[in-house]
Amino acid sequence: MSPVTHFSLATLLRRAVTGRWGRQWRAPAWPKPAYDVVIVGAGGHGLATAYYLAKDHGIRNIAVLDKGWLGGGNTGRNTTIIRSNYLWDESAAIYEHALKLWESLAAALNYNVMYSPRGVMMLAHNEADVRVFKRHVHANRLQGIDNEWLGPAEAKAFCPPLNTGPDLRYPVLGAALQRRGGVARHDAVAWGYARAASALGVDIIENCEVTGITRDRTGAASGVETSRGAIAARRVGVVAAGHTSVLMAMAGVRMPLESFPLQALVSEPVKPIMPCVVMSNTVHAYISQSDKGELVIGASTDAYTSYSQAGGLHVTSHTMEAVCELFPTFRRLRMLRNWGGIVDVTPDRSPIIGTTPVPGLFVNCGWGTGGFKATPGSGHVFADTIARGEPHPIAAPFALDRFRTGRLIDEAAAAAVSH
Amino acid sequence: MLLIPCPWCGPRPENEFHHGGAAHIARPAEPSAVDDGRWADFLYMRENPKGRHVERWRHSHGCGRFFNCARDTVTDQISRTYRPDEVP
Repeated sequence: MSPVTHFSLATLLRRAVTGRWGRQWRAPAWPKPAYDVVIVGAGGHGLATAYYLAKDHGIRNIAVLDKGWLGGGNTGRNTTIIRSNYLWDESAAIYEHALKLWESLAAALNYNVMYSPRGVMMLAHNEADVRVFKRHVHANRLQGIDNEWLGPAEAKAFCPPLNTGPDLRYPVLGAALQRRGGVARHDAVAWGYARAASALGVDIIENCEVTGITRDRTGAASGVETSRGAIAARRVGVVAAGHTSVLMAMAGVRMPLESFPLQALVSEPVKPIMPCVVMSNTVHAYISQSDKGELVIGASTDAYTSYSQAGGLHVTSHTMEAVCELFPTFRRLRMLRNWGGIVDVTPDRSPIIGTTPVPGLFVNCGWGTGGFKATPGSGHVFADTIARGEPHPIAAPFALDRFRTGRLIDEAAAAAVSH
Repeated sequence: MLLIPCPWCGPRPENEFHHGGAAHIARPAEPSAVDDGRWADFLYMRENPKGRHVERWRHSHGCGRFFNCARDTVTDQISRTYRPDEVP
């Protein structure tokens, strides 16, 4: 029997009183010997892929495998920022596709993902920043995406704790604001997709590490070998973020990826003070406040490739210096904990979504330091790509083949900042 | 922060250095003679190994010189650094 019941005000009240919530998704310990589709990686993107395959394409014989626990990788480690104000049309299209899905995701999944469009404000600290952000604002308006330019006084009014005074080492010269941007609860996104996918018949198997990708005589993918036995599948989707290179090597496919530790940290919880998300690429500070009251702060990647899920303390302290400069009132806050995730970075800082040289093997990776915001859109177009065997129109520009043809989507140069 | 033994200057903190990506990637001798696949392989495709990784660093805030380094990407332990003219 499916453990999933439809949440309504009545069921929520009853469970709040009884305290009995029960399991929200089936968790078979062992996989079946064969599935129509195997998804490797039970993070937000992988679970969303399985959900849309089951819901929109009628493919329900799906396993989502994870070597650890569901949502335990970058999905549970990011700073949960959602926005779609990218420069190039291809990027804007996929992130806006995701943002539109975010707006109704809680209703679609019948699960509160706590999407909060509180506004994402990106600070400009020098003339180059001002020009780049104004260019973004204009590009976004042409794409039909909301983004507006604020002067320093308007930025201060939108985010009162922000220091916009003349004493700043890198003064705030203005900001680009996307009001529909914001945050969501990262764990709830993984849980919501897991719950909804499970209700449609998807098997989510944790502690099941993929150790090989098998291929038939024609060279096409025929399944995976795992720590819980072999699984046959004609279609395999790899959605493994920082470990994508390792998995794709099992099928003999080289990837244009490098994996870096990316760190984040949270403060002790305080009363509501940060009304929005503030990002500064130039001094490198990303900050918002969770509903628990913790300030959630994103640091930068370490300089070197690593799978250690732990970065150098000097990287976080660099970000803290920037945060304390921008928000002097936070200087006496204590930090509760910091951690790292392993992000897979492409040369053009755009994701890779689509088919691979191996028939039946699909890949969705390269989201680098900013994949959380794309979760629903990424899963949606990747599910379509797997179901039809050819790229969804929004996914097509992000094909692996672009590194051979030279049709890069260079968001790294477009942003003119470090990622 | 890593403690990186520069082959010329000895152990120094990581923030004196710049990471230069994977080492020993040879540029095709005749770029016009290789096809797009080979060229993409040279420019963009990387092993990105989980384990032993051989990479370049530059001691940019020290002697300024490039060198190679073998490091484990799981433990971040450096097993060896060596000059560009030494064998890997």
